[in-house]
Amino acid sequence: MDHARGTVTDRSRLAAEERDGIAAPGGRPEPPARVVAAKVSTRAKFGQIWSSRELLWFLVRKELKVRYKNSVLGFVWSFLNPALVLMIYYVVFKYFLHNQTPDFALFLFSGLLAWNLFNNSLLSSAGVLVAHAGIVKKVAFPREVLALSQVGVSICYFFFQTCILVVFLAGFQVIPAFKYLPLLLLALLADIVLSAALAVFLSAVNVYLRDVQHFVEVLLVALFFSPPIVYPFAGIHLHHLKDLYLANPLVWIVLAFQRCLYGNVLPPGETLGGIKSPLPTWGHAVYLEGLGVVLAGSVILFFLAMLIFGRVEGNFAEEL
Amino acid sequence: MSAAIEIQGVSKRFRLYKEKYTSLKERVVHAGKVPFEEFWALRDVELAIRPGETVGILGRNGSGKSTLLKCIAGILTPTSGQIVLRGQLAAMLELGAGFQPEMSGRDNIYLNASLLGLSRRQIERSFDDIVAFAELEDFIDNQVRFYSSGMYVRLGFAVAVNVDPDILLVDEVLAVGDERFQQKCMERIRQFQQEGRTIVVVSHAADVMRQICSRVAVIDAGRVISVAPPGEAIRAFRDRLIETGSGEAALPAVEDPRAVPLAVEPMLPAPLQRLVEIRSCSLDRPHADERPHLLSGERVAITLELEARQALPAVAFGCSIFAANGGLMFDCDSSMLGDEYELPVGASTVVLEFPSLPLLDGRFAINVRVQDLGGGKVHARLEPAATIDVVNPGRATGVVALPFNVKVSSGLSASPGS
Repeated sequence: MDHARGTVTDRSRLAAEERDGIAAPGGRPEPPARVVAAKVSTRAKFGQIWSSRELLWFLVRKELKVRYKNSVLGFVWSFLNPALVLMIYYVVFKYFLHNQTPDFALFLFSGLLAWNLFNNSLLSSAGVLVAHAGIVKKVAFPREVLALSQVGVSICYFFFQTCILVVFLAGFQVIPAFKYLPLLLLALLADIVLSAALAVFLSAVNVYLRDVQHFVEVLLVALFFSPPIVYPFAGIHLHHLKDLYLANPLVWIVLAFQRCLYGNVLPPGETLGGIKSPLPTWGHAVYLEGLGVVLAGSVILFFLAMLIFGRVEGNFAEEL
Repeated sequence: MSAAIEIQGVSKRFRLYKEKYTSLKERVVHAGKVPFEEFWALRDVELAIRPGETVGILGRNGSGKSTLLKCIAGILTPTSGQIVLRGQLAAMLELGAGFQPEMSGRDNIYLNASLLGLSRRQIERSFDDIVAFAELEDFIDNQVRFYSSGMYVRLGFAVAVNVDPDILLVDEVLAVGDERFQQKCMERIRQFQQEGRTIVVVSHAADVMRQICSRVAVIDAGRVISVAPPGEAIRAFRDRLIETGSGEAALPAVEDPRAVPLAVEPMLPAPLQRLVEIRSCSLDRPHADERPHLLSGERVAITLELEARQALPAVAFGCSIFAANGGLMFDCDSSMLGDEYELPVGASTVVLEFPSLPLLDGRFAINVRVQDLGGGKVHARLEPAATIDVVNPGRATGVVALPFNVKVSSGLSASPGS
């Protein structure tokens, strides 16, 4: 078994010792061997990351604690921030740009929820290895965990925002389309895997090419407009570019979120106050197929990202 | 039992860039012509460390000793070759690496120990030990940013030693905290040794090596040139320094050779009367042409050629020895030995001799002077007359090579194993 900087075997051994109560100093049993070498198998990598899950949680907790430390409102910011962003978008698109979508606030919120997870993950993970150069250079642990911890933080924020959403739904007295909830969960999973794949990849590349971090910031601004978050899907006229538009995984994820949480679908031809149905009139099967492809693609991307990360991480300590 | 650490043909290549281009523009502009030099920090290093052994890695700056330690720790991966490790490993490369100043000591213990590979349960179990060892009971819920640097490293050390490793890697971090804490660290290291754990120490303090290591590997220019018991290895290391011409400037016992006090004043600086001139001064010692250093207990003699401007009826010849840190080791003159000399006009020669110089490791400055009997008037002085490096072939540490032995009384017997 080949793994470079992991402590998989020792941890499982220690766990075994804990169980059997034989961790006696002096009469230590001979532990299994572990190898530090240039090549590491991806399977071993996944093992290492799995055994570092507690570290992952500690890093997420650290990030949550540190981010708003020393600000007056502290933790409230993690609720306040998305709420304020939502409000700005609402005012701009509703009153300045005259978006006619019914229940626009809810429509916007459903889409933003999915988008923020993706956006926050990528924004913070691109620079994460550089920001943690101190430990990357001095401590041996699976460095992928650093990138993944940023995704973990975004997932936490996702749940905070979900809390706001629940209040929101109660306020609007809207009942989500619960029969689409499994689709939403599938979309959430796809969102997380896709974010993780890109986070791992970008964090590694950014060590060698520091532009990546800045480029990602700009790219995300552009990407924000690619899925129908601030405009309804029905409002765009795609013609023969429809397939291209639907090739964007974010479109599927956002649409699934909106279908479940917003749920304003009208039969074809009908209008609501002169407006066509804001969401596509697809049934379950279409969503399921689209999200299935997105999830499968994201998983493949994740493996690729891990592979690339494993290739280049040997030189991290020197490059930073 | 198989080796705890097996280093098999490990080489590590670094690229030294004249300038590091990390932005896209710079990469494009300088594509394919970034000037760099290949530098082999390690070359075919072979070393097997048995379980329970304490091995020191000795080498001057840039010899690759820290790179080797980082490879063992898994922070760097070797360019070729591999390292086989058996056992849980904890590396103390930098104490408190990854401490978050914004978080409390408590949270930092969890994060840091988790980085070092402990599970939450293990951390909870050793949490109180860590806090007690770091002596931070009253401050553990304070933000680490308010810690003093001493508290910071103490916490770092406490976490690292409580990881309960089979293999401990230590990189020049034993000199942290105040003297009492250092003592505690050394005690902990000894406890680890007794418990049969494997320790690898990188240091340039020959004293530390001698004190705790059972074997020392000497690394020079990325290659292991000697693996031997400490005394022998330290000698091999110093011999190597002379061979490569880097010579005495890099002797490990003295951290900064310029720190050697070259003009240390005696306890009572006496007014200098230019009645005698020291024309020349030479150091005589055995094996001077073979090695630059003196072994503990060897003979040293200083021969002074004097030129007196007028006859002096009662003079004494004095000599003092200072350690690298400026501390006076010895001071005496001939009048204290009960001898009086009369110095005639013109040239004369005097020999100041130490039949045996029982000093341990270090660099020492020898000052000489010609004075009147009371020492009130110094006619001539030379500071330093000579600088000597003493190497201790044995394992004792300290300053003075005192003769020492242990007699076994009845009821005790020497263990055959040791």
